[in-house]
Amino acid sequence: MRKFNIIIILLAASLALAACKRTPVQDGVAVDDAGTSIGAGADGANASGLGADGSTTGSGLGGSGFDGDPLSKRVVYFEFDSSLMTPEAQVIAEAHANYLLSNPGVSLVLEGHADERGTREYNLALGEDRAKAVAQFMQAMGVQTSRLRTVSYGEERPVALGHDESAWGLNRRVEILYGN
Amino acid sequence: MTRLRPFQIFILVLLLACSARPALAQLTIEITKGVDAGLPIAIVPFEWTGTTPPPQNVAEVIEADLVRSGRFDATSHDDFLEAPHDNTEIGYKNWRLLKTEALVVGKVRSVAPDRYEVRFQLMDVYKENQLAGYQFVVDGAKLRKVAHQISDIIYEKLIGKPGAFDTRIAYVTVQHEASSGAQYFLMVADSDGYGAREILTSKDPIMSPAWSPNGVRLAYVSFEGGRSMVYVQDVVSGKRQLLAKFQGLNSAPAWSPDGKRLAMTLSRDGNPEVYIMQVADGSLKRITNHLAIDTEPAFSPDGRDLVFTSDRSGKPQIYKVSASGGTPQRLTFEGKYNARASFSPSGDRLVLVTNQGSGYQIGVFYLANKALQVLTDSNLDESPTFAPNGEMILYASQIGGRGVLAAVSSDGRVKQRLRFLNGAVREPAWSPSNQKL
Repeated sequence: MRKFNIIIILLAASLALAACKRTPVQDGVAVDDAGTSIGAGADGANASGLGADGSTTGSGLGGSGFDGDPLSKRVVYFEFDSSLMTPEAQVIAEAHANYLLSNPGVSLVLEGHADERGTREYNLALGEDRAKAVAQFMQAMGVQTSRLRTVSYGEERPVALGHDESAWGLNRRVEILYGN
Repeated sequence: MTRLRPFQIFILVLLLACSARPALAQLTIEITKGVDAGLPIAIVPFEWTGTTPPPQNVAEVIEADLVRSGRFDATSHDDFLEAPHDNTEIGYKNWRLLKTEALVVGKVRSVAPDRYEVRFQLMDVYKENQLAGYQFVVDGAKLRKVAHQISDIIYEKLIGKPGAFDTRIAYVTVQHEASSGAQYFLMVADSDGYGAREILTSKDPIMSPAWSPNGVRLAYVSFEGGRSMVYVQDVVSGKRQLLAKFQGLNSAPAWSPDGKRLAMTLSRDGNPEVYIMQVADGSLKRITNHLAIDTEPAFSPDGRDLVFTSDRSGKPQIYKVSASGGTPQRLTFEGKYNARASFSPSGDRLVLVTNQGSGYQIGVFYLANKALQVLTDSNLDESPTFAPNGEMILYASQIGGRGVLAAVSSDGRVKQRLRFLNGAVREPAWSPSNQKL
């Protein structure tokens, strides 16, 4: 009897959950306002396929890279509210700059990020400052400006979702992304 | 009545959870701290004349508005001794017994299919006279709007300042799906959270929504093009325009009070600087010129000045500069981090994000005496936005690691939390006062 009850519970629960899924979502219903409506419907901007996925994902760096090789590291980290490159960041950036100098066809995207503390727009600027700091470092080593592109996502794309220093430290970064 | 077995209760709970699902996109607002003594007011359920009940309970919406403001104590309906619907039916003694000071009575009548006549009267219980009385005829879809307008009238009569109930809020939500990654939504809802609608959906971040002064357009930053660009979207038609796609950052849009200019941050000339763009022709005027970060511009209500954030002193602080350019003047000195300032509607105060040594809170900076008052007590508060009447400040906070919205009265006495049931919420922007019907 007890077993039977459990089965009923499970069955009913799955039915109930299925019912949840079928609940109509009120998409594209116009909201009246001062005689007009919010065009969030089919012809609204949400219907257009946004998010052309402009981000560039890093492709493999042929052959090289054992653990401890700075070229195997694609991320450099920063202190809070700072775009100064740490000695470790400089070693990594230097390795990538040298790679670019010996591989003329390769170009880089330097993607700057910030942790969640502070305001979003300021952090967007901070992310750009960080990306530019790495770019300028590489330019000083002789890499042509045209081979380096910078972009900032501020605090909008964290890699660590926590809310403590261990997460923040991972999010204050510039990602070195190889593309063409 | 038969007792429910445990598993029946379990199913019931599940079904109840289901029935709440269509509201998941909505937010609910709860008062977490009210004034010690709000103004005692009674809102009598309105008389209904017609066949099928109206789609909205107007009196209920009004009562929820007034209570949510934290300025009123609504008399419990259980204590009512009578249920008048116009001034001739009121026994004022019955309300004085309940220590009610103001009384709202009204009627809703069906005048045609989906057309309703709404009338209400706001009465002074002690003076036994009418403080306000109006009549509206609207479609069913506008009954909530009428209720908010009535709330605005009552608020203004009794508090002495315009209400901000008939307004909207824009905000950004993010949902992380294991399969598809993050989804960003730019949302618009009524000021009470009702009727939330997506106006933009993207796989890439959406930031910095800003209402045009006429409440019809939103400027915002979207990364859909692979980096930050500034767009302007008409919330009525959904049509939008890509306004700034210069090299580098295109960010932090802020409207001028006349709606003709947008201040924004661009790094096209090398590093983040504040510019003003003429919306009509896209022409630019550079306002700041410094190697430091200059960003987060906001116009003064008279359109003459801008405040912005700069770390030219080493840490982010608030500066003021003429909207025609010139030498910026530093405003904030207290605290190690002051950013994203914007003016109160009357122009006498700034609301900003401040760090006084223990995290990030919302503060109000009084321009006359340069005093900074911290209003909130979490440690990751951001994106403050004034209600158009200057009475409340909506902002983004975190509870249990999740983005939520909260509101605080500009004197810090009333606090509210806006609850969404899923996803993280951020970057609220309170619309200007809406136009009349």
